[in-house]
Amino acid sequence: MSEWLEIGVIADIPRLGARALTINGVKIAIFRTADDEIFGLEDRCPHKDGPLSQGIVHGRSVACPLHNQVFHLDSGMGADPDDGCARTIQVRLTGGRIYIASGAGQQAAE
Amino acid sequence: MKPRLVIIGNGMAGMRAVEELLEAAPGVYDITVFGAEPNVNYNRIMLSPLLAGEKSFEDIVINGRNWYADNGIVLHMGAKIEFIDREAREVVSACGIRAKYDRLLIATGSDPFMLPIPGANLPGVVTFRDVMDVEKMLEASRTHKRAVVIGGGLLGLEAANGLRANGMQVSVIHLMPTLMERQLDEAAGYLLQRELESRGIEINTRANSKEIYGKDKAEGILLDDGRRIDADLVVMAVGIKPSVTLAKASGLTCERGIVVDDHMVTSDPAILAVGECVQHRGAVYGLVAPLFDMAKVVARQLANDADSAYSGSVTNTRLKVSGIDLFSAGDFSDAEGTEDIILRDAHRGVYKRLVLKENRIRGAVLYGDTADGGWYFQMLRDGQDISAIRDSLIFGQSFAGGGASQNPSSAVAALPDTAEICGCNGVCKGKIVTAITTHGLTSLEDVRGKTKASASCGSCTGLVEHLLALTLGDQYTAGEASKPICKCTELTHDDVRRLILARELKSIPAVMQELQWKSANGCSTCRPALNYYLVCDWPGEYVDDYQSRFINERAHANIQKDGTYSVVPRMWGGLTNAKELRAIADVVDKFNIPTVKVTGGQRIDLLGVKKEQLPDVWRDLNASGLVSGHAYGKALRTVKTCVGSEWCRFGTQASLSMGVKIEKMTWGSWTPHKVKMAVSGCPRNCAEATIKDFGVVAVDSGWELHVGGNGGIKVRVTDLLCKVETEAEVLEYCGAFMQLYRQEAHYLERTAPWLERVGLNHIREKIVDDTESRARLYARFLMSQTFVQKDPWAERASEGVHAHEFKQLAMAG
Repeated sequence: MSEWLEIGVIADIPRLGARALTINGVKIAIFRTADDEIFGLEDRCPHKDGPLSQGIVHGRSVACPLHNQVFHLDSGMGADPDDGCARTIQVRLTGGRIYIASGAGQQAAE
Repeated sequence: MKPRLVIIGNGMAGMRAVEELLEAAPGVYDITVFGAEPNVNYNRIMLSPLLAGEKSFEDIVINGRNWYADNGIVLHMGAKIEFIDREAREVVSACGIRAKYDRLLIATGSDPFMLPIPGANLPGVVTFRDVMDVEKMLEASRTHKRAVVIGGGLLGLEAANGLRANGMQVSVIHLMPTLMERQLDEAAGYLLQRELESRGIEINTRANSKEIYGKDKAEGILLDDGRRIDADLVVMAVGIKPSVTLAKASGLTCERGIVVDDHMVTSDPAILAVGECVQHRGAVYGLVAPLFDMAKVVARQLANDADSAYSGSVTNTRLKVSGIDLFSAGDFSDAEGTEDIILRDAHRGVYKRLVLKENRIRGAVLYGDTADGGWYFQMLRDGQDISAIRDSLIFGQSFAGGGASQNPSSAVAALPDTAEICGCNGVCKGKIVTAITTHGLTSLEDVRGKTKASASCGSCTGLVEHLLALTLGDQYTAGEASKPICKCTELTHDDVRRLILARELKSIPAVMQELQWKSANGCSTCRPALNYYLVCDWPGEYVDDYQSRFINERAHANIQKDGTYSVVPRMWGGLTNAKELRAIADVVDKFNIPTVKVTGGQRIDLLGVKKEQLPDVWRDLNASGLVSGHAYGKALRTVKTCVGSEWCRFGTQASLSMGVKIEKMTWGSWTPHKVKMAVSGCPRNCAEATIKDFGVVAVDSGWELHVGGNGGIKVRVTDLLCKVETEAEVLEYCGAFMQLYRQEAHYLERTAPWLERVGLNHIREKIVDDTESRARLYARFLMSQTFVQKDPWAERASEGVHAHEFKQLAMAG
């Protein structure tokens, strides 16, 4: 089983915003919704590799900054009519602290 | 000589009859119209949105002065007719105007009913019948706090809601146990009461007004159970009665209304009557639909179609209170042999009830979801046998209608030509389709102009667009202006902009709450638009929501395809110097910036900067006086110049310094879309000013101002706005133009499409013709600028603003 690594506290991410980090050489985006839910996706749009961490977060979705394709934060799936799927990254929020699965990088890099 | 037609009454019924007449038999009569109100013909049923601030008077005008002039109609406004001399066939107004007639049409409408209680004629007691009443109420709401509305019917509730929207405390006094008891059953009345109470309107049912107290003016109301409710304004909205005084005094047969036969002719064969003032087969009407039916018959009679006859109307009602969906039609009282089908969804606040008799719909009450109102009403009017679809009838057309309307377009296609599309203006499907084909109409605006369909409350806009699409096929593309902003709302950009101001909405959550957004926190389309509208409308008050801005405006740099950014420092008017160039060169070396490029707007672009480097790059640039060039924003981008009379042998004016002054005034301003400007020093126009949003071209005697140009996908040459003489004037016109564009354009609409949408004349009227308007816009622009002219790079490089934006999350431990 993977370990959980602490990557920060919830206040580090603005509501309806995101922050990026690099783990095991892979760029990851951590999102915070209006209801303080936390989600992780690989920071790479399946369309043209745009950094999803730079997009506008709304509801449980993010719009890629390059061409405005929209992805669901929980599943990584493109929201109708957008195709493609961004890889999800397991994150956990406990007591205001954000944790990421230690193997997240490799898992995403495969 | 043509026969003379005189019309008494310049309201909806009278003018509708004239419209129908002009269509059926143009040019047959010399027409003269007398109106008691000092206004042109307006849509009286839109008084509620006028009061609530959702419409302006111009929005509710049906026929402006031009219409009368174009059709050769003589209009006397503010001229109440005192007497009809039937022997001499002549009418006389209170101010002494006389007019002979061959045919006379009485369309005096109705008068508000005043309760005969003590104090009813005190100042501060108003009715709700015309524009002047609305003005009185708005005036009261500016200076006073408390209002009482007597009457919980359609009119009273619309008045109460409007006054509440203007910030007054409102109590409604209603005699009956439930609201709108003539149109609603108890259950729907209860839902309505609960909704109004949740908006802060106090509802008192079973309350009987006894006296309006007050010394010199109304101070409150006393109920017969002894309760006293203090108020500065009392609105009496207990009903209307046909206005028959004039007809009676002239010896025409009157009972409750002016008695007419099926041909709309009164007891004098030369005189017809139409609208709320008439009584037909014992019935009087207070709604708009019957009046349209009558107007048609009147017009045909006047056009000598003696067979045309009116046989009464079945009516339906919608409450015009934003956010409350309510529909009622027909008769829903319990009677022998009637059956009910009821659907309740308490959670969604939906209630639907259909009253059937012998397998035909006899009445319908819909609350919370009225989408099928028109469908039910059509079946009710046609007396259609519904036994085949009875099982699923209550679920609406999309379910019961045989699958056709899974697709709304085919539902519209399936409607008969007689189906009413626009309830406000009584326009049926056939009329719209005919107008589209015979006049070659191609846009919603065209249809509104020609038929008035969807021109009033706008709730049938979708239906009209479907008709356009069905009739024109691929040739029709919906106009941007009439489309909702996005899937989160039904409202258009214009609607939202108007309501933000009218309801003083000052945050994105407030807009979404009050305007009933369908999503929790919007989407990437509406949020940036709302953020811009609020930034523009409430300068200094609204707190910019950076999470609703596109990444470029959050990072104050342009994102590139590889996720790096580009940095463009401002060079005022395209001017630079050795110190700035040296600083740029040093930055390029220090941060290994891969690409340096000169832009079309006379700036230098540094491409390939990593996001984490941005604050350091900016700090170095700031140190040499370079600031943000806003090349990333929906904002003033650049003012391009040529060297002008300072160097050029052809130059006529100092275009360089003019350009710098304009840029110093306008930089930092947020706009609906990017704004590019240019100043050329002579008509050779080396700065290409005539494809810019705002272009200035120097001539010998001053400056030509050009607007609405674009060098993008669709090249558009500017239109000449005007010519001015001094630099100060250039700045004033430029600031005023910026502000008008900021206030009126839709988010992401460049000046070129905006100008084509509103017309150059509109912009000229506001900026060139009207000195005061120009001064106001300019002052507003300068005021707004005081809050934004702060270098965003310096704030982030040195003051730590939004530090999280430029750093990765740190790993703990």
